[in-house]
Amino acid sequence: MSQLIRNGKDFWTGAIYIVFGSAAIIISRDYGMGTAVKMGPAYFPTILSILLILIGVISLVRSFLKQGSPVGAFALKGLVLIITSIILFGVIVRGAGVIIALPALVIISSYASSRFRWQYALVLAAGLTVFCILIFQKGLGVPLPILGSWFGQ
Amino acid sequence: MELIANIGLGFSTALTPVNLLYCLAGVFLGTLIGVLPGLGPTATIAMLLPVTFTLPPVSALIMLAGIYYGSQYGGSTTSILVNVPGEAASVVTTLDGYQMALKGRAGVALTTAAVGSFFAGTVATLLIALFASPMAAIALKFGPAEFFSLIVLGLLAAIVLSRGSLLHAVGMVVLGLLLGLVGADVNTGIQRFTFGIPQLADGIGFVVVAMGMFGIAEIIRNLENEEHRSTIVSKITSLMPTREDWKRMIAPILRGTAIGSALGILPGSGSILGAFAAYAIEKKVSKHGKEFGTGAIEGVAAPESANNAGAQTSFIPMLTLGIPSNPVMALMIGAMIIQGIQPGPSVITEQPALFWGIVVSMWIGNLFLIVLNLPMIGMWVRMVSVPYHYLFPAILVFCGVGVFSLNNTEFDIYLMALFGLLGYVFVKLDCEPAPMLLAFILGPLMEEYMRRALLLSRGDPMIFLQRPISATLLALGVLAIVAASLPMFYKKREEAFRE
Repeated sequence: MSQLIRNGKDFWTGAIYIVFGSAAIIISRDYGMGTAVKMGPAYFPTILSILLILIGVISLVRSFLKQGSPVGAFALKGLVLIITSIILFGVIVRGAGVIIALPALVIISSYASSRFRWQYALVLAAGLTVFCILIFQKGLGVPLPILGSWFGQ
Repeated sequence: MELIANIGLGFSTALTPVNLLYCLAGVFLGTLIGVLPGLGPTATIAMLLPVTFTLPPVSALIMLAGIYYGSQYGGSTTSILVNVPGEAASVVTTLDGYQMALKGRAGVALTTAAVGSFFAGTVATLLIALFASPMAAIALKFGPAEFFSLIVLGLLAAIVLSRGSLLHAVGMVVLGLLLGLVGADVNTGIQRFTFGIPQLADGIGFVVVAMGMFGIAEIIRNLENEEHRSTIVSKITSLMPTREDWKRMIAPILRGTAIGSALGILPGSGSILGAFAAYAIEKKVSKHGKEFGTGAIEGVAAPESANNAGAQTSFIPMLTLGIPSNPVMALMIGAMIIQGIQPGPSVITEQPALFWGIVVSMWIGNLFLIVLNLPMIGMWVRMVSVPYHYLFPAILVFCGVGVFSLNNTEFDIYLMALFGLLGYVFVKLDCEPAPMLLAFILGPLMEEYMRRALLLSRGDPMIFLQRPISATLLALGVLAIVAASLPMFYKKREEAFRE
């Protein structure tokens, strides 16, 4: 299989476009097409989806025909740590409050760097948390939960 | 003289202490971001948008504009001093700017960039003042067919001017249009692609998409190889150019300003194309063409004037037509909508104080930039060497808190993470996110104009070709795409991006 694909970037881009396009067509089936004069909610999305699938198919076919560069390695450590730290921030921000959620975000994400040092990460976490509370909560009046509902606030 | 009265109105708006303060804050932040490594103007403006929502509309837009052209400016400082362009438009400045610095003429290069930028900014501001009203007047006659075709032209131009495969860029635009349709349909109220999630009923927030695709994805990419940033910064001795230097920079500044202003209006490019074109043309035209690449002052003056002029004139289509020419302008449109202003040709007549206030503030902002940059250069130099491993957690914190404060919902945080992941995958596949963001913002508009146009023509799609302005706009777009896919132009395009 992998010998057949001459251009990994074309192949995967094509695949993604086809998946998105097909999903959009299937989902918008129930919305009602209408006519060109009185377009239903499905009209424009269906045109776009067909176009996207078409582009995906061309890209996919091209990946077997034309030589190209392979997809480079993913920075898995960075990817996992950054995405995890953001999602964790979302999960605990209301319950624990920014006073815990922000340091967690800073320390977990900092760990993605090859130059991670505990002492620097802790100082950075403390500094950014205080800065954010001052700027957003006090300065701009954004209702940030400083201490969250888990602490009976 | 209507123009003078308008500019007077602009000064009276822009010179209020509050607006002066936000203008200063904007250019200061912009310069800071331009100087800091690994943080582009699109991500920054997305990050700071939530902060501006609490401000009055004029102040908010003045500050956002300041961030944009300030970042162009800060980018050139790092290009000259450490050979690292702070953002894409200042890539060409590294060629001769850094060479000048190596020869001990860093100060002169910085002054040249400052003078060129200020002159270009002044001219471009005047151009906006002169052309905005006539253009808006023409645009007021536009029907839905013309607006539809204008959007198509804008998207096609964005495709032509993006890096990588044309086919993939078209796909990114279509995908962006589709994502823009998520939420309630305007005409029927039917929820489209919302999966029953109530937070999606009003659509996906553009700030969420921009932060994810530009902010988060960029961080993950930068972490792939944390390069060692050289901390050896060139010494600045004298800022004052010699008489010979002054003489040599005049013509390049004039040419750079003209090229940058003209190309800045084009959709999809903003300031980047102008800077590249100005450098290439100057190299051909200049008497000192052979010195280019070894520290020729013309090689700094021309692209620096061009990128600032382009940054400025890219406001013209945004302010007069309501059609953004690049992702930053797309974010500005989003900011206007959130502030309750419907962008389009009626802004000038309905909100003259807002419009002229923004235009005049750009000139004032350029003045601030000179004051900020030349005497305070020592401070910016120190910023250049901030290590990335301190910077990216801070960016994450701002994105997280900013996106949460938008609607006070955790859902936006998860969505931002998802777009960060998607953005990174697209980066790995060489698909540029800029055309997608543009399409994302224009998607609902495009559908609405298409609906109205076809309603008028009783379903006949020929309406787009029968109306002369609409047909011309579409023809221009098709021409651009055809030209870009011809083999000879295709090669040129590849070369232009590689340089």
